[in-house]
Formats: sequence, C-alpha cells, structure tokens
Amino acid sequence: MKVIIIDDEPLARGIVKEFLKDFSQVDVIAECGDGFEGVKAIAENHPDLIFLDIQMPKINGFEMLELIDNPPPVIFTTAFDEYAIKAFETHAIDYLLKPFGRERFDKAMNKWLSQKKPNASAALAEEISPPESQNRVVVKKGQNIVVLPVQRIHYFEAFDDYVKIHTTEGFYLKKKTMSYFEKTLDASQFVRVHRSYLMNLQELTRIEPMEKDNHVVLLKSGTRIPLSQTGYAKLKGVLGI
Amino acid sequence: MNLYKQKYALVIVTTCWWIFWAAVQVLVMVQYGIPLRESLIDSVATGAVLAFAGFDITVMVKYYRPSAKNAFYVVVASVVLAALGCALLNWILKQLSSDADYLTTLKSTMLIRFVFIWLMTLILGIQGKVWWFIKEQSQGEQRVKETKRLMREAELSNLRQQLQPHFLFNSLNSISALTIAQPEQARKMIEQLSDFLRGTVRKDGNQLVSLREELHHLQLYLDIEKVRFGHRLITKISADESLLDMKLPSLLLQPVLENAIKFGLYDTIGEVVISLDAKTDQNDLLIEIKNPFDPETAAPKSGTGFGLSSVQRRLALIFYRNDLLSTIQKENIFITLIKVPQR
Repeated sequence: MKVIIIDDEPLARGIVKEFLKDFSQVDVIAECGDGFEGVKAIAENHPDLIFLDIQMPKINGFEMLELIDNPPPVIFTTAFDEYAIKAFETHAIDYLLKPFGRERFDKAMNKWLSQKKPNASAALAEEISPPESQNRVVVKKGQNIVVLPVQRIHYFEAFDDYVKIHTTEGFYLKKKTMSYFEKTLDASQFVRVHRSYLMNLQELTRIEPMEKDNHVVLLKSGTRIPLSQTGYAKLKGVLGI
Repeated sequence: MNLYKQKYALVIVTTCWWIFWAAVQVLVMVQYGIPLRESLIDSVATGAVLAFAGFDITVMVKYYRPSAKNAFYVVVASVVLAALGCALLNWILKQLSSDADYLTTLKSTMLIRFVFIWLMTLILGIQGKVWWFIKEQSQGEQRVKETKRLMREAELSNLRQQLQPHFLFNSLNSISALTIAQPEQARKMIEQLSDFLRGTVRKDGNQLVSLREELHHLQLYLDIEKVRFGHRLITKISADESLLDMKLPSLLLQPVLENAIKFGLYDTIGEVVISLDAKTDQNDLLIEIKNPFDPETAAPKSGTGFGLSSVQRRLALIFYRNDLLSTIQKENIFITLIKVPQR
C-alpha cells in the first residue's frame, strides 16, 4: 500500500517514516515539504494514505486537501491546533499530536488498516473551513495553484456544483457551496445579495433601480449583478441606508 | 513623611491663630479698663474653651460626608459646644477672679462671647472637614497610582510569557525524531532547548539586558529552529562589537524574529534568509530585522500579527513612547525596525 508523507520539517517526516518500518505492507512512495508538492505527488501516485501536517508554507494542509478531487484517507500530524483538533475529530482517520510515540502511532495505523474507508476525507474537505482561511482562498487553474487574498475577489457566483470566483484577471472555479463562502468569509466585507451571488462590498460603486421593484449592483469592474428582495434589504442594512 | 509635615504645619497654624486671637482679646479688654491680670486669665480660658470645642468638632466631622443633612448636624453641634463652652468659661472665670467690675462685665458680655465661640467652632468645623477631605483624596490618588503600577507590571509579564506552544511541541517532535538516528544530536538539542527555556523564565519584563545577552539568547532560539527546518533557514546576525553593551528590554527581539521566521518560512517556498542588524541612531539602539514575504498573497495587514503588536505594547509600557516599532515593505522583503532609547 502506498503512503505519502507531507510535512515541512524533515525530522518530522523522518519519525513517521521510522515508525512505518514496522508495517511491512506499507511503502512510502513520496515525501513532500509543502502543499504544492503534495498536490502533485497525490495526483501522480494515488496513495492509499497520507500523513499531513497542517502548518506548512504557502498553503496549509486543509487548503491542500481542498485542491484534490478525491482526497485519500488522511492522518493529520500537528503540533498544536485546538481548532483543527475539534474540526477533524470526526472526519479524518486520526490525528497525531506532535510529539507522538510509537504506541500512539500504531494505534492510528491500526485504525486505518481496520476501517479503510477510501473517501473518508472527502466529507472533511467539504465541511471544514481551514484555520486562517478567512483572508484567502486557494484555487487551482490548470496545473497552477493560486492563493487568492480575499481583497482581490470581486464576487462569487453559483455555477452548478461549483462556485465561480471572479477577480480582475478572470474567474476561478472551486467545488464548494455558496453558503460555505458566506459562512467562512468576513460578513462585513462579503454580502450575499442574491441566491447565486456573494459580493465584495469594496467593489460596489452604486445600486441602480431596474424595472418594477428590482435593483442591480454596479461593480467597479463594470459588471452588473442582480439583487434579490432580501439581498437588497441586507445590503441596505450593511451599508446603513 | 508628607503626612507628618502636614500635621506639624497644622499645629503651628492653630497655635498662631490662638495666640493672635488671645492677643486681640487682651488688647480689647485692657482698652475697656479691665485689669491686665483679668484680661490675661480671660483670654487664656477663652482660648482653652475654644480649643476644646474646636477639637471636638474636628473629630466629629471626620466621619461625616459633606451633605445638607450633615451640614445641619454641624451647625447644631457647634451651637451645643458653644453653649457648653460658655458655661464652662463662666464657671472658670468666676473661680479665678474677685474683681467686682470685671464680673459685671463678664455677665454683660456673655452673649457676645457665646456668638464668638460659636462662630469660631463653626469655622474650625468647616476647616476640619476640608482638611480631612483633602487628606482622603490624596490617599485615594495614591491608591489609584499603585493599582496602575501593578496592572502595568502584570501586563508586562503577560506579554513576555507568550511563548509559542507550536515552537515547543515541534521542537520536542524534532528531538523525538533525532533520538532514533542521531542520539548525540538529540542530546545537544535538549540542551539548547533547556538553555533557551531557562532564559525565558528567568527574566522579568522590566529588566534591561545587554545586547550581547539578548543576542546569545536569540542564537539558542535560531539554532533550534535550524534543526527543525534544516537547510531552508539561513540567518545572518550582525552587530558591531561596540554596540554589544547597549541595553534593551529582555526577550524583546525573540517574538520579532519568531514573526519574521513564521512569515519567511510559511509565506515563501525554498531557502529563506532572515537577517538582524544592530546599529546606532543618535545614541539610540536601532535593530533592523528583515525577512522575505510574498506581497501577492500576504494580506495587507500582515506583519501586525500578535508578535509585533505585543512588542509595540511592551516598548510603550517601558519607554512611554508609541513610535519605537515600525515596519516597511520593500518589494518582497519585510523590514521591522525597532528603536530602543538608551537611558
């Protein structure tokens, strides 16, 4: 069975590799020092299990998982993150708090070997908002991974199972729900003005009336997005008019 | 000391006041043809009665808060005390004198004596109230000052003890990994970590240490981080020999460096160079810490994270200045500047 270890500290990867020597059925096929390498290695090798650190350069462990369509089972290895512990308790195979001993490690491995639910972390990627995610969104464009600070996002648009994230340089697609973004982003900056639209208030230039009681919002980019009745009321509330 | 001086001054003023009125009384009485002996006895006795009434009323007002109701009590008390004082005075003077003319005068001046003693008592009462009030207030101020000082100290020690649990747990994990293949290296790292922790618990927040001492402590920290991150982390520390004896608050720089490493390592990929330069600027110590960061992805408010705001707060608490920490972003380099005034 194939295993990938993703951690930015070489010694931390070393100890996982060392403990894995006891499991002869397991092969460590790759070691990655950051999330970008991780995404690539997972796409190329389709591992049966990954060991994943949370705090890593550029993109964290949660954000990395979001970029993978069918994430493999995960055992998290992290030093200290109350939030993370609470969040993935129910979803990941297990989480190991650094420093961990051989016994604790074996317990996690046995848990995986006995249950082996291939897509255990798919639910995880959908439901958990990564820590510190409020100020950026990680997206994939072709082979490239882009870290988008929220300031650069004009608005979100619902698009079947995806969400279109509109920015100055075009849009990105991400397999998430509108309510996910509405919940995780700063509510004073992003307002759900329509069932299918979530906009950045900084982009607003004016609200224009349309036929009857309808309104549209004109963005700095020149785009017009529709306002629902409740969205119009919400927007007025946030702007204090 | 201050309180003693106040009491002393009060006694002198009261005595002078008393002598002054006694002298006035003697002068007046002599002018109306009363023998000097009687005049003197009368004045001393009047003074004694006044002292008695004044003391009583001063003690009484100590426990009264100023209010309309209490003002009424003070007036009533002063009337009663004046009446008692007059009766006492009358009795004393009759015992001490047999001059018939004088005794007639005494009888005819009883009303004016009563009014005089009453007014004096009232004045003393009001004066006493004011005196107690001022004393109480200055004690209150002292208390407020003391409370503020204690709060400041508590805050300082709080800011100082923000050791990152992340750092500690990850270091322990590295040690755990080293015990397998490189036990000697593991032992060395335990030593470094112990020295580092000892350094952080020993110092108190107000203490100033030399730059030499602070840099030594930082070196321990950096050595540990280098074991954790391997070749990715490169550090350059430069400080002129002549600056090493300059003073700065203990453990001031470590959170700044921690912040720099965090941003350097987690915001970029590949090798990271963190540098620290010590200089002087008009006799102040100037520390410049540089780290790379990614201006594209870093949020504009990056760098004012907890690490730096706590450093700024500490500097403000110690030096009473808010302008000692500043940050500059130059392309992909983040620079933190810290000025430490030399007292």
